[in-house]
Amino acid sequence: MVLCKLLGMGIFMSEYKVDTEKLHRLGDYIDGLERSEGELINILREAQEIFGYLPQDVQLFIARKLGIPAAKVFGVATFYSFFTMEPRGKNVISVCMGTACFVKGSDLVLDELRSRLKIVNGNTSEDGMYTVDTVRCIGACGLAPVVLVNDKVHGRVQVDDVDALIKGISDGIASKPELVSK
Amino acid sequence: MSSSNAVNYRMDLLVCGGTGCQATDSFDLVEKLKSQIQVAGLQDEVRVVLTGCFGFCEQGPIVKVMPDNIFYVRVMPDKAELLVKEHVEKGRIVHELLYEEPDSKEKLDEQSDIPFYKKQNRIALRNCGFIDPENINEYIAAEGYMALGKALTSMTKPDVIEEIKKSGLRGRGGGGFPTGLKWEYTRKSQAKEKYIICNADEGDPGAFMDRSILEGDPHSVLEAMAIAGYAIDAQKGYIYIRAEYPLAIHRLKVAVQQAYELGLLGKNILGTSFSFDVYLKYGAGAFVCGEETALINSIEGGRGEPTVKPPFPAEIGLWKKPTCINNVETLANICPIILDGGEWFASIGTKKSPGTKVFALAGKVNNVGLVEVPMGTKLRDIIFELGGGIKDNKKFKAVQTGGPSGGCIPEEFLDTPIDYDSLGEIGSMMGSGGMIVMDEDNCMVNIAKFYLEFTVDESCGRCTACRVGNKRLLEMLTHITEGEAEMETLERLKDLSQIIKDSSLCGLGQTAPNPILSTMKYFWHEYIAHVQDKNCPAGVCKALLKYHIIPDKCKGCTLCAKACPKGIITGKVKEAHIIDKEACIKCGECERVCKFGAVTRK
Ligand SMILES: Cc1cc2nc3c(=O)[nH]c(=O)nc-3n(C[C@H](O)[C@H](O)[C@H](O)COP(=O)(O)O)c2cc1C
Ligand code: FES
Repeated sequence: MVLCKLLGMGIFMSEYKVDTEKLHRLGDYIDGLERSEGELINILREAQEIFGYLPQDVQLFIARKLGIPAAKVFGVATFYSFFTMEPRGKNVISVCMGTACFVKGSDLVLDELRSRLKIVNGNTSEDGMYTVDTVRCIGACGLAPVVLVNDKVHGRVQVDDVDALIKGISDGIASKPELVSK
Repeated sequence: MSSSNAVNYRMDLLVCGGTGCQATDSFDLVEKLKSQIQVAGLQDEVRVVLTGCFGFCEQGPIVKVMPDNIFYVRVMPDKAELLVKEHVEKGRIVHELLYEEPDSKEKLDEQSDIPFYKKQNRIALRNCGFIDPENINEYIAAEGYMALGKALTSMTKPDVIEEIKKSGLRGRGGGGFPTGLKWEYTRKSQAKEKYIICNADEGDPGAFMDRSILEGDPHSVLEAMAIAGYAIDAQKGYIYIRAEYPLAIHRLKVAVQQAYELGLLGKNILGTSFSFDVYLKYGAGAFVCGEETALINSIEGGRGEPTVKPPFPAEIGLWKKPTCINNVETLANICPIILDGGEWFASIGTKKSPGTKVFALAGKVNNVGLVEVPMGTKLRDIIFELGGGIKDNKKFKAVQTGGPSGGCIPEEFLDTPIDYDSLGEIGSMMGSGGMIVMDEDNCMVNIAKFYLEFTVDESCGRCTACRVGNKRLLEMLTHITEGEAEMETLERLKDLSQIIKDSSLCGLGQTAPNPILSTMKYFWHEYIAHVQDKNCPAGVCKALLKYHIIPDKCKGCTLCAKACPKGIITGKVKEAHIIDKEACIKCGECERVCKFGAVTRK
């Protein structure tokens, strides 16, 4: 696997094909932990916070830093849906596919978003502007169907609202009060 | 009654700050209310308090005015001025913001008069919507940390366990295991170190009980963890909470810090020899991590895969030490039991399932929200009285309880008094309290498929029955919804479901086929329609839809013909139009634009 090939590399920060400054930040975070035992998930969270996703080199960096096999890091990163190994678009739109939202038609909203934003393969539009993915219940089921636009909750979104939602994002208005308060 | 500081203020405006109301701009509302109060020069007399969830999410944002006890609903930020000018300044009730009883059109001003609240008995949710969750003093004023004080100073450890046993409290996380017994087992396991874990993973998609408790009353959980720690000799507690709940995480962090500052957590609590520390751990989006052994693996930093029980966590748990795992709602019941006694608690609910249960009522019901009712309440009462019936006067079809492990309950069982056992008898389960109402527009085969997609996605892959078996089930369901299945498929679906139930390693696999089995049992005719008639009676399964224009209803407005992306709708102006069924891609555009309801798809 790719990771195994990479293992032959040196341990200098510059050897990793990612932003060195960010890597330093991650390194500082790990050094600041009281103990690293049991902290792998938190470290990966922090890494994703810093890099936006988990490039393979970052996983390798973490593995070396903690002195554990890269396979373990990779295993944990792939197990949890919170972690992503693909860079995400500038705007992240997440459609809730929890049961409450699903029975109210969130799958139709998802289809509409993907087709309007011309997302065919994967979750991100070709120009890197939009990522459309799904989440499983954010606990706002009372407002189903729920769509998160860059972490802001929009409630009661119907297929017909999708245009306005996209326009809201492209106009730089993250929130559309008339959508939310309907 | 709502706060310790209330004595200094003549009026409190309690504003819901739960995730739901936050999304409907309640934070903005708070700012506007505050500035209006400032304008009126009343900032030393009137206080705005951001509370936890009131439960009535459908009608949010909610503002409750105390001590007047007036309950306002759907208070949008632009109503802040009106509310302050009228109610706060002049003491006049703002009628337009009162809840209107849908049938009688009567305006109700008190919370307890509203049907949604009438049959509720709030024990676990006692403080939600009443106190500021980020102010420990308000919790203390509402009898907070009194139970811990009582346990530490006047009860022995066996006394505490005895009281919980007497209450008959059963785990609210889904299993329904008697909490007192679990504490006793963990207490009896000999070890120098032991742990308490609060399971706040709330994996059932569509449930939000635990989130609301943590957002609205985080100290009740911390206090209960400390009591449990005392009773079983644990010095450390972990709260495992899903990352998708940022607000709950924030409130917990604040609560933990405040509790430490007052010496209610940490070393020598309340001057006794008992010390207890609490740590937060975050889930990273894996349903199976709600299962206790998987959760332990996840806290230890690994893949959240379950392990075979026994040994149970009470013997060998976190870091191989005896561990007691309890759900958030279970813990939220502990303090009232310690204060008011196990007998009091046991007198509520049914004999085998004492107490109350919080349900997250959602789906096609008018009053979506959180309800806490005594065990033994009928489903019909919850859905039609508290819930206010089905949205848009549609017909009720089923209610789903127990999440991905549960089943769909049809109309004929609506009068069943619900508890752990009765729900099991009708092919569903209590689960954690998710309750999703479905109407005539929901296709039950599609719902079963939805749940299977969920379990296939979430299966950790450890055992073959679950990893491979559920995939096969999903394939069969997909064939059915696409009209490619034969009657024999249904036989295989049933057989394989049973095999997976019998041979999976953990609760996830063992219960994954439940949504299929229960829908096959009660909605067999829908399966038959898909397989034999190649028809989806609810008009949901895309491959089986047949778009058709009803000539009598069509006015020939040409809207559909213009909207059709394939240009396959033909007809003259003012004459009935026709869809070319062969070329139709079933996008539904025509149905959406038709103003006369002339397009059908069944
Ligand atoms: C697949 C699966 C998922 C579970 N998810 C949760 C959950 O999200 N929250 C929870 O409290 N219990 C969950 N449980 C139940 C826990 O394993 C455990 O029984 C519970 O946390 C014990 O607490 P209680 O006795 O207070 O209910 C789940 C069980 C299984 C098999
Ligand atoms: S199901 Fe979508 S927020 Fe709960």
